Order: sequence, then C-alpha cells, then structure tokens
Amino acid sequence: MKYRLHLLTRAAIALAVSMAFASTTALAAKDTIKIGLIDPLSGPFANIGDLGVKGFTSIADHINEEGGILGKEVEIVPFDNKGSAQESLQNLQEAADEGIQYITQGLGSNVGNALVDGVEKHNRRNPDKRIIYLNFAAVDPALTNEKCSFWHFRFDANSAMKMKVITDYMADQEQIKKVFLINQDYSHGQFISKAGKELLAEKRPDIEIVGDVLHPLGKVKDFSPYISQIKSSGADAVITGNWGNDLALLVKAGAQAGLDVNYYTYYGSLVGTPRGIGEAGKGKVKTITEYQENLAVTKNLSDLQEFQENFEEKYAPLEFNVLRTKTEMEMLAKAMEKAGTTDPLEVAYAMEGMTLETGLGKVTMRAKDHQMLQPLFISTLSEDYEKYDAEGTGLGWKTNIEIPADETAVPSSCDMERPPRS
Amino acid sequence: MLESFIFSLLNGVLYGMLLFMLASGLTLIFGMMGVLNFAHASFYMLGAYCAYSISQYAGFWGALVLAPIVVGLVGALTERFGLRNVHKHGHVAELLFTFGLVYVIDELVVLLWGRVPVDYNIPGILDFTLFSIYGSDFPAYRGFILLVAIAMFGAIYVLLVRTRVGMIIRASLSHPDMVGALGHNVPRIFTLVFAFGTGLAGLAGVMAGNYFITEPGMAYAMGPIVFVVVIFGGLGSLGGAFVASLIIGLVTTFAVGMNYSIADLLAGMGITFGQDSVLGVDLSRFGLMLPYLMMVLILIVRPRGLMGARES
Amino acid sequence: MSSNALLRQMAVWITAIIVIVMMPYVFTSGSSISMMSQMGIFIIFALSYNMLLGEAGMLSFGHAVYFGLGGYLTLHAINAVNDGTLWFPLELMPLVGGAGGLFFGIVFGSVSTRRGGVTFAMITLGIGVMVESSAPIFTDFFGGESGVTANRVTDATLLPFSYGPTIQVYYLIGVWTVIAAFAMYLLTRTPLGRISNAVRDNPERAQFVGYNTTMTRFFQFSLSGFFAGIAGGLFAILFEIMTAANVGLIQSGSVLLMTFIGGLGVFFGPIIGAVLVTYMQIALSGFSDGWILYFGLLFVLMVMFVPQGIAGVIVQHFAPWRAGLLHRMIVPYTLAVVPALLTFVGLVAIIEMGYHLSLSYDPSQPIDLFYMEITATSYGSWAVALLVFGAGIASVKWVTQRIGSRWGDVNQAMDAQGRRQ
Repeated sequence: MKYRLHLLTRAAIALAVSMAFASTTALAAKDTIKIGLIDPLSGPFANIGDLGVKGFTSIADHINEEGGILGKEVEIVPFDNKGSAQESLQNLQEAADEGIQYITQGLGSNVGNALVDGVEKHNRRNPDKRIIYLNFAAVDPALTNEKCSFWHFRFDANSAMKMKVITDYMADQEQIKKVFLINQDYSHGQFISKAGKELLAEKRPDIEIVGDVLHPLGKVKDFSPYISQIKSSGADAVITGNWGNDLALLVKAGAQAGLDVNYYTYYGSLVGTPRGIGEAGKGKVKTITEYQENLAVTKNLSDLQEFQENFEEKYAPLEFNVLRTKTEMEMLAKAMEKAGTTDPLEVAYAMEGMTLETGLGKVTMRAKDHQMLQPLFISTLSEDYEKYDAEGTGLGWKTNIEIPADETAVPSSCDMERPPRS
Repeated sequence: MLESFIFSLLNGVLYGMLLFMLASGLTLIFGMMGVLNFAHASFYMLGAYCAYSISQYAGFWGALVLAPIVVGLVGALTERFGLRNVHKHGHVAELLFTFGLVYVIDELVVLLWGRVPVDYNIPGILDFTLFSIYGSDFPAYRGFILLVAIAMFGAIYVLLVRTRVGMIIRASLSHPDMVGALGHNVPRIFTLVFAFGTGLAGLAGVMAGNYFITEPGMAYAMGPIVFVVVIFGGLGSLGGAFVASLIIGLVTTFAVGMNYSIADLLAGMGITFGQDSVLGVDLSRFGLMLPYLMMVLILIVRPRGLMGARES
Repeated sequence: MSSNALLRQMAVWITAIIVIVMMPYVFTSGSSISMMSQMGIFIIFALSYNMLLGEAGMLSFGHAVYFGLGGYLTLHAINAVNDGTLWFPLELMPLVGGAGGLFFGIVFGSVSTRRGGVTFAMITLGIGVMVESSAPIFTDFFGGESGVTANRVTDATLLPFSYGPTIQVYYLIGVWTVIAAFAMYLLTRTPLGRISNAVRDNPERAQFVGYNTTMTRFFQFSLSGFFAGIAGGLFAILFEIMTAANVGLIQSGSVLLMTFIGGLGVFFGPIIGAVLVTYMQIALSGFSDGWILYFGLLFVLMVMFVPQGIAGVIVQHFAPWRAGLLHRMIVPYTLAVVPALLTFVGLVAIIEMGYHLSLSYDPSQPIDLFYMEITATSYGSWAVALLVFGAGIASVKWVTQRIGSRWGDVNQAMDAQGRRQ
C-alpha cells in the first residue's frame, strides 16, 4: 500500500518544467479500486483526519489480505481539504481527474453539504465519470432529507436519530425533571437545541427546559459563566452537541464549580476529548455512539478486541470512527460483489436496502434516503469500565443501554431522483 | 438575581485577569518598540507547552519559573536574528514579520508536541475549593491566577517607573540616538524588551494552560481578543491594559447571561415587534462580538484608546 | 507617451491574453483548469488589495469581507434567476458581486478611513471579525454553517454557453481578469491613483498641498471593495458555494500574503503573488503535511530579506539591463545556485523528517525524497541533513557577500554612465 508522500521530487520537477499541472489519467485504475478520502490533514483538525487515514488504510490492508474486492486491490488516496468546503470541491475535481469513482468524507457537515451538491453537479455534467460519495460522519439531517442524493450514502446515524434515542432514554429516567441545553451556535448546535426541546416536550411534558443557550463555536475559553447559569437553573441533566474543546472545557468548568449533572453528549468519545475532560467527567459524561471499545468485551467479540489492540499499538489512540469505517468498507465490498462491477451506478443500486452483519448487530442501508440504520448505544465515562480505558485517563466507557436499529429510525422527507439503469 | 450577578462578577474579573496577563506583554512591546507583535498568543501557547514538558521533571513550580525564561529566550533569539533585520523596513514590515511568525511557531509546536491536546494539569496543592458561594465552588487555582495577575501588574509597573532600567527603556523609545550616544546598546535593549514581553506571554501560558486545555489551537483562539484589549486600553499603556482587560472580561461574561433579545425588551415595554428578525435573537449570542464592536467604536471616536499616550 | 512605449505596453497585455487563452491546451486536466481559474480570481483579489496596501499605504486585515459578501450576493442573485424572480445574464453576475463589494466598501469605509496606519488596520480587523461572527446568526443571508449554494447553469446567458463545464467558466474568469486588471491599471494612472500614492508616501505633505487624505482613502477603499467583490462573484460562480470562512481572517490573511510575496511596489507584483501562492496552497498540501510551515518560513524570510517582493526583485534588474551591465551579475548568481540548493535540500529534509517522525503512521518507513529513500528514524539521515543545511547556510552567507559587492560595482558603473534611476 503506497501512501502519497511524493513530496518535493515532483515539486522540483514542477517548478522546472511546468507540465506538473497535468495529472495522471485513469489508465492505472484498472487494477486497483481507488477510494479518495477527503478530510483535513493539516490545520486544527488534522489529528482526527490523520487518524481517519490510518483507520481506512488498515481496513483496506485487511481487505487486500483477504483477496481484495472482485480480485482487485483497494487503495486509499488521501486529499487534504484543510477543513474548507471549496478546497473539498477542488479535491473532488482532482479525484475525478485521477479516475477515482468513490470518495469518502466525514469531518464537517459544511464540507458534507458542499460535496453532496458538488457530486450531484459533477455526475450530471459528466455522466461518464460518475462518483459516489460515502459519508461516514457528517451528521446534518438535511443530507438525507431535503438535500438527499442518489449518489450519497451516510454511514453514521444523523443528528435527528441520535436526538430521538437520547430523548427516549431520558424520558425513561424518572428522576430527570429539569433539562438544560447548551450548544454551539451553528447549524448542528441550533438543530440539537430545537429538536431537543420539541422531542422532550412530546415524550415528557412534565420535564422543564430550564435553559437553552447557544455559544460561539470554538471561541469560548471560560465556560464558568455558563456553568453558573446551569447551576442556578437547578438542572439535573444537560444535553449538548458540543465537541472538541467546547465539550472538554464545559465539563472541566463544571467539575471545578462542583456542578453535579449528567451530560448527554454526542461527541464525548471523539479523539482527544476524554483526555481533555479527564477526571472531571467521572460518572457524568454520557455519549451516544454506535461503537466504543468496551462493547467488544460486552458482546464477546474477540476478533474486534484483537483489531482494536493492534490498531492502538500501531497508531494510538483508537479513533472512535473506526468501526463505522469498517462497516462502510465492508458494505461497499459487499455491494460491489453483488453488482459484479465497480461501476458507480450499479453499485449504488446494489447498496440500496443492503444489510450487513457487523459484530455489534445487523445494519441496513435504508433505500429511501441512503441512511444507515444500526444499533446505537448510550455509554457513560466511568471508573467501572470493563476492560479498555479511554486515552489513558483511568476512566472508560461503560455501556448503559443498547437501542436496536429499527428503534433509531426517524422518518425522512427525501424524494431523490434516481437515474435510469442502463 | 443577586446570585447571577455575583457569579458574573467573579467570573468576569477572573477572565479579565487572564486577558491582562497576556495583554501586558503585548502592550509593553508596543509601547517600548512600536512593534505590534501578532505572534504574542503563539508565545503564550509555547509557554503552556513548555510548562507541560518542564512540569514532567520539575513539577508545576519549576515550570512556573523556568517556562517563562525559556519562552523569553526564544523571544530574544527571534528578535536578535529575525526582527532586528526588519526594523529598518518600517512598522508595516515588522507587523508582517510577526504575522508570518504565527504560522511558524504554531506549526513548530505541532511538530514538537503533536496535534492532540496534552495532559497539563493543575498541581495537586492548588486543586481544592477555596470557598463556596450560593452552592458553586470557587477553585483555589482561580485565586492563584488572580494573585499572580495582580503581582505581575505591580512588578511591571515598579520595574518601568521606578528603576533605572525602566527609565533607559522608556528613553530608548523616543530618543534612541541620544540614548545610544550616551553609551547604551540600544539594539540590545530592544532585544531585552522583546524577550521580557514574550516571557510575560509565556507566564500567562503557564498559568492558563492547565486551567484551560493545552492544545495547538489555543493561540488562534486567544490571539484576536488580546489585540482588542490592548487597543481598547491604549497601545503602550499598562494601566490601560489592566482597565481594558477588566472591562472586556466583565462585558463578555455579563453578556453570556443576557438570555433575552431586543424584541423581548420591547415586548416588556408593550411593543411587539421584530420577534422573527435579528432583533429576536438572544443578546448572549452577540456576546463575543461585543469586544470587537467596542474596539471599532473606540478607534473611531478616540483612537488612542482609554489611557494611551501615543497617537497612532 | 511615445508610440514605441505604448506599443510595448500593449504588447504586454496582448501577451497576457494569449497566455490565458493557451493555458488550457498545455494543462488539460480538470483540476488544473480549476486551479488556473482560481489563479485568475485571486489575481483580481490581490490587485484590489494592492490598491489599498501598495498604492495607498493602507494595511487592511479585513479585505475578505468585500470578497465574501460580494460572492454571497452573487449566489443569491443566481438563485433568484433560477427561481424566475430575476433575469440577469451569468456573464455579468460578477458585477453583482462588485456592486456588493462597493456598497459594503462605502459603508465600512466611511468609518474606517478617517484614520491611517495601525488604527486603520485594527478597525479593519475588528470589522472582519464582527462580520465573520455574525454569519451563524444571520442565517438567511449566510446560509448557516454549510453556506449558500447555487447552480450556475442558469440558462440566462448572453453567449451560447451553459457554463456547466469548468473550461467555460475558466474563459469567463479569464475575460474578467483581463478587464479588471486593466481597469485597476488605468486607475493607477488617474489623479485618484496618483494622489493615493502621495498620501501613502507622506500624508502630511499631501494635506499641505491641499488634498483631502480622508476622502482619497475613502474613494480608494470603496473602489478596492468593488474589485474585491468582482473577484468574490467569480469565486462564487466557480465553486457554486460560499461559506462564512470566505469573509474571515484566514481569507484576509491569504490575500495579504499573496500581495506581499508578489511585491507591493509594482503593479504586476500581486499578479505573480496570486499565481504563486494559489499554486502553493493547492499543490503543496498534496506534497507535504508541512505546507503551513513552509508558507510561514517563506513569508518570514521574505519580510526579512526581500521585502520588495518577487516583482520588486525583477524590477531591480531593469536598470542594469538597460545599461547593458546585467551580464556582470551572471557569475555571482550562478555561484549562488549550489548554496541555495544545499540550503533548500537540507531544510526540506529536516522539516519532512520532523513531520514524518512526529505525525505519520509508521515513522520507521522511509520517505521518498529527492529521488532517495530517507529513513527519518536513523541518526545518519539527520546528521547528513543537518550537515547539508549547515553547509548551505555558510555558503549562502559567503555568496551573498559576493553578490552584494558585485551589485555595488554595477551601481557605481551605472552612476558613472549617468543612467541610474
């Protein structure tokens, strides 16, 4: 497996002979199946993007060891989009030039939105060079509702689904009477704020929403004013879609002020967050994911445990997207085998409605909106974990409840245009 | 109501003091050398990371002493081998130099310590609750930050106004040739000043790195707001920086508590208007924009800031 | 101007047009065409920024505001055309962007241009941050976090093109680049342009002579906003999406970089800077994860040693060439090649090994570098790299002295000839 570190050999030639612009054509693509990975590989989120490359590559290696797909090897081709929507479109163009027919991306719904739009336009304007977009982490519900596209497949439960599950769980907790919502001020956080209020009102009208705050994304260093608000409101539970520093700083500030609430989060297990939260989160931070490492122990999956341990040894820490990556690649492989070809149109039709047995349960790619339905789990960061601790903090994720795939489903308004099968 | 006021007051003062620790070095460097150091927050980040590494061997207290010195040294080297060549090209070139320095220092930090946040924690001795008010705990470390900030203000003031060194430095700014003629090594003075200023930024990093999180994005997050403080207070004025830090710290903090909108206020007066428009947006969401608005307003109305002496 | 000089000037523009037309035949891939389109856009953007910094001495940290807002307005206009509420040809859509840039330039310019220097710079910074921060709040205009999208195939065009394929957009951008650049060039020849230069060089004196510095700055600012808006409109058409990042600090910093690296004092400086930096930003990140560090180092080194920019360096050589003395520099420059190469190779090796050790998958795997396989984990590699770098620095110092003294000779000779400018 080669990785794209051709560095300044090419740059030197490029400067001397300007032909460097013209990139290679699709001639070499016949023997390998190339999958373009478009994510930030430099700048503030590069660590997550970088781990994504490692995750995909190790899974591709594994697939190749087992004989590849349709006899061909899988190759991951990373593109650095620097977190920018326009740069991602440039990357899409570069991928198309290289004859790549499958791209995957996850970090950031702003990029996700741009790519869905970009792929639709590209496929319409270049019907002989179609591309499929496999989305593993951009959770904006719009991508499988009003912005849905035949060429887009999402492998992560979207925000609306996660909110349904969280509110179902909270509704069952009798002791929760007052809920505080704090979120980042952009579409993701704004959605969670709105959906959280609506769904809680439906399921437990007796629960009082004692606070609903939106703060600027990534800019707040000192969360103590917000913690003071939460304290004064008397909340028992906090719902937050915050990720990264916004989540870690919030929980830390809460611990410093002696705030005793449970945090229901979307991204508590995102790489770097458990380390940022540390002891402050003990027993209080809950997260909703389709995977965390101790599940392999709960469900007695020794293969998965081995995979986790190998990955962590080579590229610690274990990136929480990793199982989703595995599911995505395995489903892609299955769809290609079923269609008998790597042609995007046929593979897309093959993937609609497809099911797959993962170690953690059966997953389905819903045909209507190309949204994957999979079992979800709510876990708590606690001292009382089964085997694996999170990022060396001495705390680990402990599973509270499993929600079967069909109970995670939410209705979709998607009405996608399907191209005719040739 | 009183409860929320007291909380906001305490939090605001504390945030203001953190801002002051960063802003002091910046305003000093400008006041002494006329250089607006864009990379100031990067030195702050460097201080936090150095403190993390040093504290692994010498504990927090060792880091508190050594990390600012290390950062000051880096600052001295930067000035001696970099900035010194740029003085002759003018103030714009100096600004651009420090602007480019941001990229360099931020990436070097990533190279040396990686992209993931590091585990720089508050020392055990200071990790207790000082007092409790209305059910909320006030951590002792916060009190420590307050103490250090005030001590910094006092020490710098005394150094500048009451000592010979400070007098020579202040003279070098306005009359470098005369001071040079009197036998002082003016370029070396500038290096010293820059080193001192960046050392202060490093100290701020030591204090704040474990209170917040030490990660590669911390310079970018703190950078712009520090400029606002320094300009609002008046470039070159230490007292101005102190007052401005407090004001901006308090404004930002109180704004967080404003969970009502202009439309709500109007409704309270009996006027229903603008609920669905921008007037219906919670004022707290504009919170972090306020300091920039304040900065723009003061630049229009009184460009020298609150207590600045120089006309820019 | 003599007819010879006029012909020479026209020849430059005509050559430029020919180059723009021929480029897609040399670089044929879709991503190259997209990259070249971006170059055209940033040429306009950087030239508009130079109207502020180079021509009028106004350092702005918030120029992307006019670029971005122009782009957003253009997308809204295109959406209106697609909805049927408006008819406006796509070819003229950049004017919508320009109008937006002009409007906001006037609005924000009226408060920023009363002062100069650092005060002005900080006001532009403040405005830039405020506009960027307001984006998540004014979601109707800014489209929230995912921005605003549009479909440029509007069926409302003057020429019989759909503008779906990127190549057609490239030529549209090419036309606009030539028009905008020419317009900005002509502006430098107008009284406004000349007075701006006077205000840049000595505001007090300009005032004494009777020019109103504030109004001069205000006009220059508004017009530069107009052209920035045109660039934004073209950007919107190319990518069919605008996000809040396009009005923000990073975009503003990027155009500052381009203009400075290209050269502030010469009209074509920003053109060079835009082309070079766009290329680096797009292509370099594919080669190395350390592209941000390379950028920063390039910028810092240029500020220290070549503050006049690339164009400035080129222009420095015109006088000796005219005096027939340029050949004297050939030997020193040729001597400089090897030291420069040594320094470059050594530095790149150190940086790449550093990134590889720090961040890559498997640090023990060798890197492909300069046709060799280098193992970052071996002390030998580091020793060699450091040695090469050290040798490079030492020899560069020696060679720079020689170049400097040879320049001294050349200048003396030109003085003797009475031809030195």
